[in-house]
Amino acid sequence: MTFAPLATEIFLLSMACIILIVDVFLRDERRVLSYALAQLTLLAGALISWSMLGNETQVVLHGTFVSDPMAALLKTSILLVTVGVFMYSRSYLVERDIFRGEFYVLGLFAVLGMLVLVSAHSLLTIYLGLELLSLSLYALVAFQRDSAAASEAAMKYFVLGALASGMLLYGISMLYGATGSLDIGEVAEAIALPGEQGIILVFALCFIVVGLAFKFGAVPFHMWVPDVYHGAPTPVTLFIGSAPKIAAFAMAMRLLTEALGGLYGSWQDMLTILAVLSLVIGNVIAIAQTNIKRMLAYSTIAHVGFLLLGLLAGTTEGFSASMFYAITYALMAIGGFGMVILLSRAGFEADRLDDFKGLNDRSPWFAFMMLILMLSMAGVPPTVGFYAKLAVLQAVIHVDMVWLAVVAVFFSIIGAFYYIRIVKLMYFDAPEGDAPLAVSPDMQIAMSLNGLAVLTLGIFPGGLMAVCNAVLS
Amino acid sequence: MIALSDYLILGAILFGLSVAGIFLNRKNVIILLMAIELMLLAVNMNFIAFSYFLGDIAGQVFVFFILTVAAAEAAIGLAILVVLFRNRQTINVDDLDTMKG
Repeated sequence: MTFAPLATEIFLLSMACIILIVDVFLRDERRVLSYALAQLTLLAGALISWSMLGNETQVVLHGTFVSDPMAALLKTSILLVTVGVFMYSRSYLVERDIFRGEFYVLGLFAVLGMLVLVSAHSLLTIYLGLELLSLSLYALVAFQRDSAAASEAAMKYFVLGALASGMLLYGISMLYGATGSLDIGEVAEAIALPGEQGIILVFALCFIVVGLAFKFGAVPFHMWVPDVYHGAPTPVTLFIGSAPKIAAFAMAMRLLTEALGGLYGSWQDMLTILAVLSLVIGNVIAIAQTNIKRMLAYSTIAHVGFLLLGLLAGTTEGFSASMFYAITYALMAIGGFGMVILLSRAGFEADRLDDFKGLNDRSPWFAFMMLILMLSMAGVPPTVGFYAKLAVLQAVIHVDMVWLAVVAVFFSIIGAFYYIRIVKLMYFDAPEGDAPLAVSPDMQIAMSLNGLAVLTLGIFPGGLMAVCNAVLS
Repeated sequence: MIALSDYLILGAILFGLSVAGIFLNRKNVIILLMAIELMLLAVNMNFIAFSYFLGDIAGQVFVFFILTVAAAEAAIGLAILVVLFRNRQTINVDDLDTMKG
């Protein structure tokens, strides 16, 4: 029995508990120590999981936990994205007097949940990882206790999230009944055997896909996304919109391709419907939004549609394109929401589209960063968003679903409108107020690195793509 | 002897009731929390029935985990409810509609 494959999780859990205790003894003005510890934990965790990238696949803890290259890559990206999230959040939390250790402890527990989810090799581990992630996120949304919008958003998120978990769980119970095992490998073997379990399996699959779609925020199970993104404090929105998407991708991989790979024909149809609806609704409704957090919420829904396209192609090429999409989308999402934080200051939320007016006059550099991020989300070369979309579309075309690629391109073009509108507001409109842009140095570094990473990855996508391919083959 | 299908039908009825409870209830958020608990219990019923008839203990272990998570979930749900009530002085589901668009 070896615990080496669990090193990242054990380290993160111990550090989260240590930070919880240390934070109790800190005075308010030394609170930054909790922040520093949390960041160090995440960076060290990322190093540990990156070092496992070359390891053989290992299944430990009686078949409930798997350590494979895919898990190592996804864990590293989740941890690094969370470093970015915490960097962006600090000044926002300080200005609103909610700079407390709980934010970092809950964040670390959510990350731990994602890591467990990514490494799950049993239906039980999937459920536990998912719940650890979701429960921490519900608490984070309600974190700003005196905000009515945040508590309303938290309640909606909680009820719909619990409903989704219930659906998923009901599907898992049916799957357990039909296959007689909770182990993902044994479930896959049982499905491969010819038998009369077909109807029960498809029944189970329906509930599992509904649960997954809720967690992804795919149409028609997207109603929580705009309200939660809008109501939650911006750092929490930033968190919910980025790293959990990578974890959701991992969950879909574990459940759909590893456990239910034998039912590919059935779930491909379901994902096709989800993907097309997400692309249509996400892109069209985003145009009508005046609040940027809501607009980015609908844009997330559209991006989830793209992510599902890669999954439903069902080939290694499709999966690695999807993985690339999930990772790079998380990178774009933290940039987009980070910009909302950057423009906000104490007592002022820059969450209306009009707040971006004339950003170029106030700060050409950050306007340029936002330009890169928006073009990347719209999928304009040479940014990474273009390459991610291209890879997904290629995978879809290679399995002869050209119509799907045409639909995706058509609605991306419609979607480009609302991204370009922000560029227009930034460069061609006059600023509304002349309050100077006060940006802390760590924020400047984070935003510049973020924007340049999106641009660099777009010009040289080969490295990350090769890693995505390598971990899946 | 009660057959497996009887348990499954009971589980499905309970699950259906809880989903209906979530979607039809327009009055009180606490009823939503009760419906969520009922949903998890319906799943537990399924797991125990399968576990018994398959002669496999894993399903019962799963039930213990679900019960524990349900307790944590109820704690978080009620905490959010308290915060909500402090901010809004109401827990009527119809009043939770300030965000639109």
